[in-house]
Amino acid sequence: MRVLAQLAMVMNLDKCIGCHTCSVTCKQAWTNRAGTEYVWFNNVETRPGQGYPRRYEDQDQWKGGWVRTSGGRLKLRAGGRFRKLASLFANPDLPEISDYYEPWTYEYATLIDAPLGTDVPTAAPKSAITGAPVQPDWGPNWDDDLGGSTEHGVADPVLQRLRDDLGVQVKFEFEQSFMFYLPRICEHCLNPSCVASCPSGAMYKREEDGIVLVDQHQCRGWRMCVTGCPYKKVYFNHRTGKAEKCTFCYPRVEAGQPTVCSETCVGRLRYIGVVLYDADRVTEAASVADEHDLYPAQLDLMLDPHDPEVIRAAEQAGIPHDWITAAQRSPVYQLIHTYRLALPLHPEYRTMPMVWYIPPLSPVVDAVAGTGFDGEDGHNLFGAIDSLRIPVEYLAELFTAGDVTPVRTSLRRLAAMRSYMRSVNLGREPDERVPAAVGLDGEQVFGMYRLLALAKYDERYVIPTAGIGQAHDLEGIATQCSLDVDGGPGMGGPAVAGGQGRVDLVSWRGTGRPDALFPTLRGGGDR
Amino acid sequence: MSVRTPSASDSADKGGGTRPAGTDGSATDALLRLGRYLTRSTTSADLRAVYRTGGRDGDAFYRDRWSHDKVVPSTHGVNCTGSCRWKVYVSDGIITWESQDPDYPSIGPDKPEYEPRGCPRGASFSWYSYSPTRVRFPYARGVLVEMYREARRIHHDPVAAWASVVDDPHKRGVYHRARGKGGLVRVSWDEAAEMVAAAHVHAIATHGPDRVAGFSPIPAMSLVSHAVGARFMALIGAPMLSFYDWYADLPVASPQVFGDQTDVPESADWWDAAYLMMWGSNVPVTRTPDAHWMVEARYRGQKVVVVSPDYADNTKFADEWLAPHPGTDAALAMAMGHVVLTEFFVRREVDYFTDYARQFTDLPFLVTLAERPEGLVPAKFLTAADLGPEAAGKAAEWKTVLIDAVTDQPVVPNGSIGFRWNAEDEGRWNLDLGEVVPRLSLHGDQRHEPVEVLLPRFDAPDGAAGVLRRGVPARRIGEHLVTTVFDLLLAQYGVRRAGLPGVWPTGYDDASQPCTPAWQQEITSVPADRVARIAREFASTAEESRGRCMILMGAGTNHWFHSDTVYRSFLALLTLTGCQGRNGGGWAHYVGQEKVRPLTGHATLASALDWVRPPRHMIGTAYWYLHTDQWRYDSMRNDALLSPLATGALAGTSAADALAVSARLGWMPSYPTFDRNPLDLVAEAEAAGTDPVEHVVEQLRTGQLGFACEDPDDPRNWPRVLTVWRSNLLGSSAKGHEYFLRHLLGTDANLRATEAPPDRRPRTTKWHERAPEGKLDLLLAMDYRMTSTTLFADVVLPAATWYEKHDLSSTDMHPFVHSFNAAVDPPWQTRTDFDAFHTIARRFSELAEDHLGVRRDLVATPMTHDTPGETAQPHGVVRDWRLGQADPVPGRTMPVLTVVERDYPAVAAKLATLGPLLDAVGTTTKGITYDVSEELAWLAAKNGVAASGPAAGRPLINTDIRAADALLALSGTTNGHLAAQGFRSLERRVGQPLAHLATENEGRRVAFADTRAQPAAVTTSPEWSGSETGGRRYSAFVINVEHRKPWHTLTGRQHFFLDHDWMHELGEALPVYRPPLDMHRLFGEPRLGPAGREVTVRYLTPHSKWSIHSTYQDNLIMLSLSRGGQTIWISPGDAEAIGVGDNDWIEAVNRNGVVVARAIVSHRMPTGTVFMYHAQDRAVNVPRSEATGKRGGTHNSLTKLLMKPTHLIGGYAQLSFGFNYLGPTGNQRDEITVIRRRSQEVSY
Repeated sequence: MRVLAQLAMVMNLDKCIGCHTCSVTCKQAWTNRAGTEYVWFNNVETRPGQGYPRRYEDQDQWKGGWVRTSGGRLKLRAGGRFRKLASLFANPDLPEISDYYEPWTYEYATLIDAPLGTDVPTAAPKSAITGAPVQPDWGPNWDDDLGGSTEHGVADPVLQRLRDDLGVQVKFEFEQSFMFYLPRICEHCLNPSCVASCPSGAMYKREEDGIVLVDQHQCRGWRMCVTGCPYKKVYFNHRTGKAEKCTFCYPRVEAGQPTVCSETCVGRLRYIGVVLYDADRVTEAASVADEHDLYPAQLDLMLDPHDPEVIRAAEQAGIPHDWITAAQRSPVYQLIHTYRLALPLHPEYRTMPMVWYIPPLSPVVDAVAGTGFDGEDGHNLFGAIDSLRIPVEYLAELFTAGDVTPVRTSLRRLAAMRSYMRSVNLGREPDERVPAAVGLDGEQVFGMYRLLALAKYDERYVIPTAGIGQAHDLEGIATQCSLDVDGGPGMGGPAVAGGQGRVDLVSWRGTGRPDALFPTLRGGGDR
Repeated sequence: MSVRTPSASDSADKGGGTRPAGTDGSATDALLRLGRYLTRSTTSADLRAVYRTGGRDGDAFYRDRWSHDKVVPSTHGVNCTGSCRWKVYVSDGIITWESQDPDYPSIGPDKPEYEPRGCPRGASFSWYSYSPTRVRFPYARGVLVEMYREARRIHHDPVAAWASVVDDPHKRGVYHRARGKGGLVRVSWDEAAEMVAAAHVHAIATHGPDRVAGFSPIPAMSLVSHAVGARFMALIGAPMLSFYDWYADLPVASPQVFGDQTDVPESADWWDAAYLMMWGSNVPVTRTPDAHWMVEARYRGQKVVVVSPDYADNTKFADEWLAPHPGTDAALAMAMGHVVLTEFFVRREVDYFTDYARQFTDLPFLVTLAERPEGLVPAKFLTAADLGPEAAGKAAEWKTVLIDAVTDQPVVPNGSIGFRWNAEDEGRWNLDLGEVVPRLSLHGDQRHEPVEVLLPRFDAPDGAAGVLRRGVPARRIGEHLVTTVFDLLLAQYGVRRAGLPGVWPTGYDDASQPCTPAWQQEITSVPADRVARIAREFASTAEESRGRCMILMGAGTNHWFHSDTVYRSFLALLTLTGCQGRNGGGWAHYVGQEKVRPLTGHATLASALDWVRPPRHMIGTAYWYLHTDQWRYDSMRNDALLSPLATGALAGTSAADALAVSARLGWMPSYPTFDRNPLDLVAEAEAAGTDPVEHVVEQLRTGQLGFACEDPDDPRNWPRVLTVWRSNLLGSSAKGHEYFLRHLLGTDANLRATEAPPDRRPRTTKWHERAPEGKLDLLLAMDYRMTSTTLFADVVLPAATWYEKHDLSSTDMHPFVHSFNAAVDPPWQTRTDFDAFHTIARRFSELAEDHLGVRRDLVATPMTHDTPGETAQPHGVVRDWRLGQADPVPGRTMPVLTVVERDYPAVAAKLATLGPLLDAVGTTTKGITYDVSEELAWLAAKNGVAASGPAAGRPLINTDIRAADALLALSGTTNGHLAAQGFRSLERRVGQPLAHLATENEGRRVAFADTRAQPAAVTTSPEWSGSETGGRRYSAFVINVEHRKPWHTLTGRQHFFLDHDWMHELGEALPVYRPPLDMHRLFGEPRLGPAGREVTVRYLTPHSKWSIHSTYQDNLIMLSLSRGGQTIWISPGDAEAIGVGDNDWIEAVNRNGVVVARAIVSHRMPTGTVFMYHAQDRAVNVPRSEATGKRGGTHNSLTKLLMKPTHLIGGYAQLSFGFNYLGPTGNQRDEITVIRRRSQEVSY
């Protein structure tokens, strides 16, 4: 057993209101720069829908993730790579800019500068890359709220699989409408195919917290990671020629603060916590033959933080005490492991993703009442799971490689909580058979309720702060400036060149390259 | 960086197959090994993963990017009711970005918290700070500036120079026609302020102060910025225009039913609800920061029902989704009421419901039945005056009567409005019934006689009226035949009882009779059995939870012409089931309702009540209806709205006629008021040695003086100077946008309508053959970004943003007061609104020395709600002095007339200080007067006093923070001392203990610095009807229900019945279903449905996911996340009918104008209805239209104002004017449009 600690996230899709605040705060903090105009480390997709980039889940086309060979070994789906190192966005396995979208801006200045004319000034659109006039015809969120559903929604790869492989027909008709939102960041996988794809060794997984990063100095712009990531969460900065991706806001989490996307989530649906896992068994878990076994295999990798043997092993592996106690209080572990509410996104990619999702509980009472039963009767609720507006098969294709059983379990537990708590709310004697029917007791239902409904800040985010990454530098405090540590503000290396302020994409007119478009990287020495 | 070597266990064989699990392929391995050489790190033995410890400098870029110099709390002053706390990050003196500040005080261990509050729009705000659409300098239209500068070379005096330009018809035409066509040039602040000040001085001197106006909506979204400009307007005598009614956000049903503007639960109280209906309120989109309460409450077992014509965002959370046809919601609600009354009042009685109805509603009160040739009709509330002289005390006509079930005698219970205002009844204005048990129904009463009454119905698809004949139990009291409101309600809802005559539904499945479930199904398409089931669930839950059912209602049901009837049908459900005044229950109206929690302080500052009273407050809708000449195109006669049982009082009249009645009877304000300058009227009277008020009454009586609203197109009656700040009037709220452009501004428009034919014009409004084009001398806009308003304005002043100033915000969604703080000082030449108005005021005062001096002004104001004036016109009987039905008596049968002094050179000094009227008479809110001498002393000590000048010795409010502190100190919600004082005053009137509500906070005073440190919780105050005492969540009317304090209505209870003459004329005395207006029949628009290459559809403008009104819709981030410009959502069926694909360019055309937009085709839309998200301005990506060759319009280019006469009623209890309390709504949802595919080649 080799215990590693992983910062992981759970998003409760049942609570997501699709507001995209997470996308905007992330974009503003990290990628509103030239070169990353089209980059959304965090995006939110309406499902059914194509997602961003377009149809990224179609691995027949994009060749992301791992496949299991007949011999039981894992190989990158993309296979050999040198042939694909052609020109920008020309690799057949690389999404083109049009698969993301061509970022655009507007001739805003005309609103103030327009000379006296014959009509009202308006700011016409233009490409944010070339400055040429352009008409937006696709965007990072083009099919929001089922927009263009009958033309674009039908191309949802999950829907296609439902239709082609399972014979489940989803009609895009008014009365049968359903939708939900899927916010996505980098999965910070235990078995990251992007890291394995990198020929430069520039991508790495931080040992102390599992965050997957691109070393901006090492990156040579091969873009194999873009292909390798099945979630398409590694992006190519076309200005710097480097790969960039979600950093799990490491400058924040190192200080115990939640990621930007989490803290700003007004749906209060994100949870961050530590999960301890056995690094030795990752490959084995990712290699199980039956795709339906991937979810339980990944569950099995996660170690019980209360198990004395695990604690001992963790301590031996150098994991600080506060990380272990954080793992014990981890909301993520509870939602994934204790309550079995959260599920991984596309486990069939075999990357062992670490951003998990509680599936959305779409109208139940409605469906049951339609059958003539009392929709509020707790027992009827369970029968109704299969009558949800959102087909359970659709959710299973997203979260369990098509196995509907874990999805049903999760939804039934949510429904049971609602039913049980309704009795409490109305002052009735709660029916203990309701939680029992889903393998819980009343106390556990209250525990779930506390975590999901009350969702206090310090219970949503349990992030340890013991700074093991920099601790070794503290030895120098006696003889050095205490701020002069790696990455610290008083670092002795060369300062950021030129004293420039940042130039945001949004204030850039799309022509020329403004001064200080991109801050000079600090340091830059040989590593 | 530390480097680890692979651990031994990495190579352990754990694979289950023939080979150990691992990666495959020698090429892969070779590559990865290469990679391992290129970097020093840990690679797992199977080369699958690269680990690094301490990898914290490989990406220093991100760490550097995250670094910042400071973080400042602020909020967004946008009309969204959010009032969210944000952290603004500053690096190198530049605002970089923002994120929500989660530091809200906890609201308890057993509830979710408010943190974090925000939305994607707010998260993108910092984009504006340095964006290319930022207004950095003062601008003015070049042609105007040239003419003004030329005039200044001739005239040394700025006012003379200004006059020489604006009074020259040619020059006037030149700059009017240039409006909106570019050609802005930079000017200095000095020059801009001079032009603006000169325009004000000239307009006041020449035309009168009521020809100037200010428009700035929703004070709560930045209280100080609003107050400073409104205060300037009040000091010069200029009207402020209302916005809540103008936006159609004001639910007229609220004054009608509650006698309250709007009072609703905070969002945390949704958590307390056991049953939640979202009815026309798309919470995730329009209440983004609050949606989580709804989501989380489901985990408490709350049932969620969504009523929406489309699959709206909130439908995702709904246990049930009902999709009635747009605008038919009242039919659904009436049918639910039918079920509730049948099953919970008639077949079975629920003690909780009947007790509530007896104590807190008008249901037991007696109503007279009037005999008409065709039969009996409900008439007026029986009052103490009807019981004979022995019963009549003070204000007997204002005391309503019910029957005591114990004695079987009529009694006059406490609490009606007759007990509110006279000294004799002090202590009796309460809902304490004593031993009296009100009889809800006369059915079963020994003395009752069954009689048939006539009731109106409007359920024909075209809205045509019919008559219902239904029986009620009646009884004679004196000369009157009476029944109860409850008995009338059962008749109206078609709930049959034994022994009563009339035509009744045979059962729920009888579709021929209102208001059965089957009847509503034919109107709404919602299955009858589902409606019955949900009604039953709703009432059962209310019974079990004692009133914890809530209806969230919003623009989707409130922006209709007849939305007051829609809302009354909702409120009936809630009131019948005892849900009002309960935590977790009641109505939750969420559109435009932003609550000024520090109410008294704001009102005092904004209306300059410390210096001069009364202010001029104008009903916005009527103002725009007249001055944009929309009245000339309004061919709808009031006849189209009348009840078949109407007496004919409104027959043959138009909305403008009704408006004139309302003005001259003192119901509603009307500015400009007279057809002469009010300063001149006083001077004239004084020169003649007569009293100005008598002079004006006499002149009106003889017809020598006229009302401006009866001749709005006469140049004497035009508005001349308009200042718009904190608002994008033209690009956002201007219903009838194209009419604004043509008539108010005098520039090009896409207007296609023709004027009303002679036989359909108003009778009493003077018709000029040519409508004026270009009325305003000056349109002044202050903004930080370019909008339609700044594009059309003559002068644009650069405003500081919400991250560059100090201010306050509050909302009813949460109980906190937030501060704005300057993260950086205003950049370039921008100034805060506070500074801008002080700049203008100083220049104005200088110019006023020579041109205005000290003048006396005659202010006409209506009879106002929450003042004794609301008891001016008993029984709501209309008596028009013009028609000889009454004498013209100010304050009784016509407006109140007050002469006030205007010391124009002292305006700047007064703007910056608190005046002496506060010392003399305190300040009054909702009928309670506060002595604020202690607060003034505190403010004088804290802020200092003016050293010299006309305001010497007065407390200073000359900075934004000082003004904020004054505002907080003068309000009960933020100053416990005042709250306690107010409750003690109220106790004397009510005669019930109330002061205990404030004792826990009596020593607590919130100062601006407190709001900066953390969101500051407000405390219980008589300014509002709910209670936060003891840490409970705010819910409206809790004080009324728990402490027997009356509602501010005629009966003192919640009203089902409204007996004003005009309510009867329109057939709306009781809740009733009225369908959307038939635009085909009324205005000749095509019938709904496809025809050739066009389709005619309902045109709805719901609030946008990507903007708050027009703010953010031009923001690049929001445009990137949406479709990049104007869009219209359309169903696949309608799209297919005209060959439109997703993202195709389309044009929407009707008589009012043209929109050019992209189509979003989606199956979430119902066939026959399109959505154009509200407030998509034309400043971004709007091509020229095929229909007119000109720039396409805004969402409001397809709308036009239509006014409902009943919104103009005044002088009668709760139906009395209050600013933003009551007035005609600027509704827009009944509109339809033609959609067609256009050429896909567009030009700009």
